Amino acid sequence: MKFQGRLEAIPRAVGASAIDGVAYVGGLASLAGQSAYIIFIAPFRGQRLHLHRAFHQAMAVGVGAIPIVSLITFFVGLIMALQSAYELRRLGAMQFVAGAVAVSILRELGPLLTAIVVIGRSGSAFAAEIGTKKVTEEVDALRTMAINPVAFLVAPKFLAMLVMMPCLTTWADFMGIVGGSVFGVTGAGFTIGSYFESTRNAIFVRDIYSGLIKSVLFGLVITAVGCKEGFSTGAGAEEVGRSTTAAVVTSIALVIVVDLVFTALFYVINPS
Amino acid sequence: MSDPGETEAAISIVNLRVSYGDREILHGISFDVRRGETMVILGGSGSGKSTLLRTLVGLEKPTSGEVWIGGVDTAKMSESEMDAIRKKMGMSFQGSALFGSMTVGENVALPLREHTDLEDSTIEIMTRIKLGQVGMGNYEDYMPSQLSGGMKKRAAVARAMAMDPEILFFDEPSAGLDPIIAAGLDELILDLKKAYAITMVVVTHELASAFLIADRLVYVDRGHIVALGTKEEFMASTHPRVRQFLDRVPEPEVTDELDYLQMLMGDHKTTRN
Repeated sequence: MKFQGRLEAIPRAVGASAIDGVAYVGGLASLAGQSAYIIFIAPFRGQRLHLHRAFHQAMAVGVGAIPIVSLITFFVGLIMALQSAYELRRLGAMQFVAGAVAVSILRELGPLLTAIVVIGRSGSAFAAEIGTKKVTEEVDALRTMAINPVAFLVAPKFLAMLVMMPCLTTWADFMGIVGGSVFGVTGAGFTIGSYFESTRNAIFVRDIYSGLIKSVLFGLVITAVGCKEGFSTGAGAEEVGRSTTAAVVTSIALVIVVDLVFTALFYVINPS
Repeated sequence: MSDPGETEAAISIVNLRVSYGDREILHGISFDVRRGETMVILGGSGSGKSTLLRTLVGLEKPTSGEVWIGGVDTAKMSESEMDAIRKKMGMSFQGSALFGSMTVGENVALPLREHTDLEDSTIEIMTRIKLGQVGMGNYEDYMPSQLSGGMKKRAAVARAMAMDPEILFFDEPSAGLDPIIAAGLDELILDLKKAYAITMVVVTHELASAFLIADRLVYVDRGHIVALGTKEEFMASTHPRVRQFLDRVPEPEVTDELDYLQMLMGDHKTTRN
């Protein structure tokens, strides 16, 4: 009897968490969908788009992240060069260092590292900002003033992310390659010119755009999760902390999942 | 209940029930707020008075019942239909709910910027007038964090008044304020009442304040209305719960767990009028 009860409990728990998971993703999609309507359709129906708010967000999300993104991708580019040199030196193929660094940065590390930095800086900030506004009744105040909280708070963030993530990622890619060139020039017998020449020969356009497409998707995930966690903040200051943590953890997990799915997709579409 | 389309009632609530999840907070409430009157909703903590107010402004959806505002039933409205009604209402929140990233002036100007096509200069003048009305004329460029609690509340009232609403809602206007500042806010409410003959709904548990500003009062207890009437009628009420509230008699101490549970669940039979 007891055993049977336990047997039933397991699939029930699995089912419940599966439904929760699907509902969560549905919630993210709903926020993104509403924002897409507000950004791309509503302005043509006479509703105002909060462009100046999007601009402020873009400054905070994008421009503010440049120093830390530069630092991290510069060092990771250098690290990648050192690591690949271990193997390439044994094969006497040091001239491939530039290509190895460029491909790994453009296709994977540039977008991913940028996403991680943006999660830490902005995903958490979104959750904290909206969570605090929820706790102090500012979200309710918006609604009683007939202002849609999604249009006022979320849509500008989506717009800012859509624009800034590819820009930041492009910059991150560049800094990563610059980082690699430091080793290339000092340890692998390149000149700066020949390093960049070798980089250019090693990469294809699709290396760049597959990374940039991923960065846009990461931006959408980060914004949706940050804002959703913010809105699901309960009463009290400690709840803001909880939703900030949840925003960061969930964003990182979902970004990795999206990364895997789209890397696999790009592989299937264009395996060469 | 009078005909909802009639102009006599600004708000007409019919058999309103509101639940959070499985827990019903308001168990079928009916009353009218007349045009131009100040109606005070009194009640203890957890009585459901704040839920009632939130339902009136459309922040909570009722499970059943009707809320007639301006001749339409808002209970079944979509969010976008409700927005049209909300433009004619103003709400002052308990914690003021001013936007911390904007100056006081920008806070007051926000509804005007969002919902009107007025020139910036016009909006600026209107903002100044609204702030002047609440005695905050010189604080336009201050951030909310630089203001005291009473000033924030005044600024919030100015923001609620920005669109020249037909109905003003106040959630605990004097909560958390010292008696002098609280009296100032009562004074402000009385001034607005005199100047605009606006319909006001005020939720409070401050007796002195309630009796000063109210035309009529309604007492909500555990999700039911137990008394409704003018100050005089209210003072003369013999209902045990109202007497307990007016005479500040504490709740008998709960020793039995079951009693406590029953108290939390809201035992209707003992409180029904």
